[in-house]
Amino acid sequence: MEWTDDGIVLGVRRHGESSAIVELLTREHGRHLGLVRGGASSRLRPILQPGNSVQAVWRARLEDHLGMYTLEGVRLRAATLLAVPHAAYGITHLASLVRLLPERDPHPLMFATVGAILDDFDDALSAGAHLVRLELAMLAELGFGLELSACVATGATSELIYVSPKSGGAVSRSAGEPWRDRLLPLPAFLRDEELDAPYTAEDLRDGFALTGRFLLRHVLEPRGHGHSDAREGFINAVTGRSSLRSGSVEPA
Amino acid sequence: MAGSVAGPEIERLIQLLARLPGLGPRSARRAALHLIKKRDALMTPLTAALQVALDRIQVCKICGNIDSQNPCTVCTDPRRDPSIIVVVADVADLWALERANAVNGRYHVLGATLSPLDGVGPQDLTLDALVARAHETAVTEVVLALNATVDGQTTAHYITDLLQEAGVRVTRLAHGVPVGGELDYLDEGTLSAAMRQRTLF
Repeated sequence: MEWTDDGIVLGVRRHGESSAIVELLTREHGRHLGLVRGGASSRLRPILQPGNSVQAVWRARLEDHLGMYTLEGVRLRAATLLAVPHAAYGITHLASLVRLLPERDPHPLMFATVGAILDDFDDALSAGAHLVRLELAMLAELGFGLELSACVATGATSELIYVSPKSGGAVSRSAGEPWRDRLLPLPAFLRDEELDAPYTAEDLRDGFALTGRFLLRHVLEPRGHGHSDAREGFINAVTGRSSLRSGSVEPA
Repeated sequence: MAGSVAGPEIERLIQLLARLPGLGPRSARRAALHLIKKRDALMTPLTAALQVALDRIQVCKICGNIDSQNPCTVCTDPRRDPSIIVVVADVADLWALERANAVNGRYHVLGATLSPLDGVGPQDLTLDALVARAHETAVTEVVLALNATVDGQTTAHYITDLLQEAGVRVTRLAHGVPVGGELDYLDEGTLSAAMRQRTLF
């Protein structure tokens, strides 16, 4: 068995003295693990950082085997992103999210989305919006998509400002008014027809509260997991500060 | 199939040696044979040294270093600057910095770095002790000497957030070109980090 594919590094686990088991999100083969000989070497360690894009050649005698990867760095983003808090937290959270996908199940759209998000991680607010949308897309990819195109009560398609915490469907302003304390806010940038709407830190917090609730209920809790600390760190980093800390400091 | 060439005691010794980092079954066999041949000159003192280490080595209650005294020699050294705490992930990192003679402050060993893949969360690190130490009046700077990996730097940012109220200067090690490194052989990430953090020459 042998194939070549584009991949994004999600995680690395040391294997023995010198090798590593690398987890990639590949374009055509989904989330896929493989052994990298010499993966603990100083030459390969910079490449094997989460968030980096690689060209992967996977070889194994049988398809069921773990197999061996030969990797070449294509776009090494991790080093640039490490110094920025929201990006460091974001890569960790993003890798945790993608890890929810079943292994070896192709998700080409998710691959393209993750790559595009990583390329646009510089600005904290837009990185936040990207990750809220990714969480929404992940819910849909796992079969728990929210119905945000029309009001679940009236079928109206305008003024959708709430989401029912029970059904996960959008609720219009008029239909939701009597229960507004119990409904979740739906920020404009998550509405199907207003994807380009501007957003604030408050909108991002609402977005994360929305996706977080359904991720927890449908995906994480059934697996015995909770939200990661990286997610909380990311949300704080993108919503709690107007300006980002620089990773570099003045010498003492 | 070849049977065992040595008794169970020797096989047990080889099995245990093979668990050491850097040793496989073949090199463990060679080490065991060497120990047996040098019974008086090496095996006896090694056994005694292992026993002493087992009896006396403990984890420092202040910094998490390992030493034969508690608090450790680093924490009790009066020549060290008490205003600086250098945070490292592991005792091996502390030893590396001590080998380099690069630190005159004190240390704090976290025990690991945050890693969702390995199931390591904040509760697994000695963060509460670090925050308490950072709030001591003598401390003015916390240096985050953590790995330049996503896990290491996520941990660094997490600690920075935790120390916001402590009123200390939080710094981290520079990332860039290693001594002896040739630019042509460096990865793009290291090069771009080095370029961004260039200093006045």
